[in-house]
Amino acid sequence: MEKFITHTGTGVPLRRSNVDTDQIIPALWLKLVTRTGYEDGLFGAWRKDPEFVLNKDEYKKGTILIAGLDFGTGSSREHAVWALQNYGFRVVISPRFADIFRGNSLKAGLLTVILPQEQVEALWAAVEANPNLEITVSLENRSVSYDGVSVGFELDDYTRWRLMEGLDDIGLTLKQTESIDEYEMKRSPLKPATLPAR
Amino acid sequence: MAKTLAEKIWQEHIVRTAAGEPDLIYIDLHLIHEVTSAQAFDGLRLAGRKVRRPDLTIATEDHNTPTQNIDKPIADPVSKLQIDTLRNNCAEFGLRIHSLGDIDQGIVHVVGPQLGLTQPGMTIVCGDSHTSTHGAFGALAFGIGTSQVEHVLATQTLPLDPPKTMAINVEGTLQPGVSAKDIILAIIAQIGTGGGQGYVLEYRGSAIRALSMEGRMTVCNMSIEAGARAGLIAPDQTTFDYIRGRAHAPEDFDAALAYWSTLQSDTDAKFDVEITIDAETLAPFVTWGTNPAQGLPLTGAVPDPSLIADAEERGAAERALEYMDLKAGTPLKKIAIDTVFLGSCTNGRIEDLRTAATILNGKKISSSLRMLVVPGSARVRLQAEAEGLDKVFIEAGAEWRNAGCSMCLGMNPDQLAPGERSASTSNRNFEGRQGKGGRTHLVSPLVAAATAIRGTLSSPADL
Ligand code: SF4
Repeated sequence: MEKFITHTGTGVPLRRSNVDTDQIIPALWLKLVTRTGYEDGLFGAWRKDPEFVLNKDEYKKGTILIAGLDFGTGSSREHAVWALQNYGFRVVISPRFADIFRGNSLKAGLLTVILPQEQVEALWAAVEANPNLEITVSLENRSVSYDGVSVGFELDDYTRWRLMEGLDDIGLTLKQTESIDEYEMKRSPLKPATLPAR
Repeated sequence: MAKTLAEKIWQEHIVRTAAGEPDLIYIDLHLIHEVTSAQAFDGLRLAGRKVRRPDLTIATEDHNTPTQNIDKPIADPVSKLQIDTLRNNCAEFGLRIHSLGDIDQGIVHVVGPQLGLTQPGMTIVCGDSHTSTHGAFGALAFGIGTSQVEHVLATQTLPLDPPKTMAINVEGTLQPGVSAKDIILAIIAQIGTGGGQGYVLEYRGSAIRALSMEGRMTVCNMSIEAGARAGLIAPDQTTFDYIRGRAHAPEDFDAALAYWSTLQSDTDAKFDVEITIDAETLAPFVTWGTNPAQGLPLTGAVPDPSLIADAEERGAAERALEYMDLKAGTPLKKIAIDTVFLGSCTNGRIEDLRTAATILNGKKISSSLRMLVVPGSARVRLQAEAEGLDKVFIEAGAEWRNAGCSMCLGMNPDQLAPGERSASTSNRNFEGRQGKGGRTHLVSPLVAAATAIRGTLSSPADL
């Protein structure tokens, strides 16, 4: 996983709430068996509308998506995260994310930043006034800065450390193999097993 | 200290806990399907890793599978590739799989309980958000992404932060014609699509106790639609009776029973949030918009966005009405339907089919629509046929299909055409969910059946 320490880029204002993962990446795209190649499917249904924000020239280079409340609801498809990353987004900002989406994003190295609704509104206004506005998202300082403004955000130390080091969760857990072995020895024999099939 | 059920299960599954780190949680059962697993197996291969516990893992095919001509090769080459990939991965890593044509094939959340693999006190995960379904048995069950699927395959654990807990007490008796689906749609409308975020929702109260396992699964299934991490119902005699005699029921059933009987929230346990709903006031519910919280009793009318105070919600309602092609003030019962879909992991179980069949028995569906009846698993289909339900549906003019996710999502041949409007017993009414441009109204099996007969959104009381 690529390390995330700080990222500077321009923003894309997505003034919508409840953007579910079916919108982020429609089901037809879920048939791929790879982790790449989803960029054209990102917001597939909405991309057909020339007025859609991703289709506007001034936002074509954006790498920081600024969305409304409850981003990433619905299906657990991690393809939604891959589509955002494949397209070029490094950060998504929203007042609230759906749990599974947020978990997926932080595993895959897409930084999801929670800011209060007022801050999101302020960012929308700033980016709409100046699409070339430089926004810096620093994981080191846990802050979003633009135009002389700097707002802090929360992220637990463990996840921050993992992202800044670019560490793979599985590798970290495999270091705990002894604890897993121990747990399995104590595990109740009453629990079902799938094999052999009965 | 007094504990909630969710806290008890959590504690029993902690492999390792360390300050400032998520808990490492052991996973008792991992369910797999074709859509969210291919990249996880690839990851294992790349790192030279094995599946730690093939004996706690089971796969089936559901999202892509056609519901007609299942004896022929899958026509869509991309769907076929995805399913072949799953089959090859299961063969390579030594995993049990129930493929199309197998008696235990079906929607992953129907298959687990039906085999008796879903049991109280377990931790269960699947790369699918509706894993919350299994919470109906008093198991802590949640949907995960592909990175986590890979993590569970490799380690049989997940690093997770403990959830918060919310008690939802549904007290009283449901009116005739009101079902589990209406309970959960009403709860989601009340707390919103983000209202359950971070929480395990424990459903309690006399109305929940009175539900069958199928009804409880319907309620827990849609917990995710309120943004919750999981849904949970304490096990009781109804649960035990359902599991007894199934293929994977514990051999020492009495010992298991003794343990299961301890699985309740302590009477003085503290929930982070508690809400109470009066079951008597609930009515058949239907959604009018494009998220599952945009729902109302069927007796209502399409809401007027200009009357919604909250700007966010108003904007969302305006967009939804435009997408749904609905006018504010239209009585919901006047809305004409093109397709009725009875099925999915929410309402594709035997009881759902029986309920709908009671309404359709001896009647014909309206000539203005089509109706698809899709059992949740091959076994449900066989059982329905043994009970003669297939004949009821076919004689009423509905199509009787093979098991799978079908029209719940637009990944297989069963889809809505652009502009087509459905009354669907599934769980999501998102834009395009059932096919590009399709418009979805979420309903219970009772409402689905009555709607099929009348052609417009209806409850059995309207017949
Ligand atoms: S029936 Fe629908 S919600 Fe359930 S697993 Fe299949 S696609 Fe997902």
